[in-house]
Amino acid sequence: MPNLKDLKNRISSVKSTRKITKAMQMVAAAKLRRAQEAAEASRPYAERMLAVMGGLAASVGGSDSAPRLLTGTGAEDTHLLVVMTSERGLCGGFNSTIVRKVRGQIAELQGAGKTVKLLTVGKKGREQLRRDYGDLMVAHVDLSEVKRIGYANAAEIAGDILKRFDAGEFDVATIFFNRFESVITQIPTATQIIPAVFEDDADGTSTLYDYEPSEEAILEDLLPRGVATQIFAALLENGASEQGARMSAMDNATRNAGEMIEDLTIQFNRTRQAVITNELIEIISGAEAL
Amino acid sequence: MADTIQFDLVSPERRLASFEASAVQLPGTDGDMTAMPGHSPVISTLRPGIVRVQASGGDKSYVVTAGFVEITEDSVSVIAERAHAGDEVTKDDLTPVLEEAREAASKAEAEHKDGAEKFVADLVQLMEDME
Repeated sequence: MPNLKDLKNRISSVKSTRKITKAMQMVAAAKLRRAQEAAEASRPYAERMLAVMGGLAASVGGSDSAPRLLTGTGAEDTHLLVVMTSERGLCGGFNSTIVRKVRGQIAELQGAGKTVKLLTVGKKGREQLRRDYGDLMVAHVDLSEVKRIGYANAAEIAGDILKRFDAGEFDVATIFFNRFESVITQIPTATQIIPAVFEDDADGTSTLYDYEPSEEAILEDLLPRGVATQIFAALLENGASEQGARMSAMDNATRNAGEMIEDLTIQFNRTRQAVITNELIEIISGAEAL
Repeated sequence: MADTIQFDLVSPERRLASFEASAVQLPGTDGDMTAMPGHSPVISTLRPGIVRVQASGGDKSYVVTAGFVEITEDSVSVIAERAHAGDEVTKDDLTPVLEEAREAASKAEAEHKDGAEKFVADLVQLMEDME
């Protein structure tokens, strides 16, 4: 028969766990709202930027003088995968889903005889990938000290990636992040950022612009910024997804803790009743023996 | 033709302004320009400078350090990497930007050197204008 004291201790420990998970859930909910607002606020910039770049790319794309960021290096032998994960754990399958997608991609690329390099953003992804692919990692970006992700963070990452591109370290760069769909769904997404890909503008009604200085000069100026913009957008989406994932993970944990407390309480009450019954039997049989 | 244009100023982190304006003065890379309703469509990069907007609610100015502008017949969208409302920003805010730019200019390779030095010169000019 379980000890009454032990049961009591377990109940109180599960209760304090529930308090912690509940608190984490509420913190995540508050942070999620802020993260969503930040993602929302950045959208007009990204949309305009990509629209203008798309228009430019369409008109310059064919020419030989088009920037390499747009046309690529002419080869696609070396792939750089930029993996965005969280800095902290306790967010359910958030990091694992991303890492699983990355693993699949690595296997596929290596199977096709390509060279793969990894750049990780966020501690958790690095930890999971280091075991199998430690030798592929070229850099890691630590954002654990960053309270609020700003454009400067994204610009820094983009600067690093562009420097590597100029140095000829890779041909194609793809970012992996979780796109925020809702609190319960986050979709692991891969987006190619170098060479830049644009969705085809279906409507042919785009205005004919004059370009100052020249189309090429503007595009050359814009493409690096486009990379930073895409990374910034991905970081924000990822941040919102992380909070969403944590919120639902902690909601589940809180509910599980509640169920566990109920079970343990029933067990505790039964045991206590059994102990009382036992004592009564002893007293009565003792009295009868007299 | 409408006598106002839609003016938008967006930075990566937020939308700074969005309202109807009657004229917008812009610091283009190749020279200042003023956009008014019916302006022919232009996309231009910007140098560090002050964007002045004339609107019915009074004139407003914004300090931008880098970015580009998209002008159409009825709208002006400034897409700036760094932008501040004119009355929010002081010279002190720009000093670190200037130092950063100076450092970049001193390190820059030959082909980028001109651009980086021009950026520094534009910033200095901008800070003088703000006094």
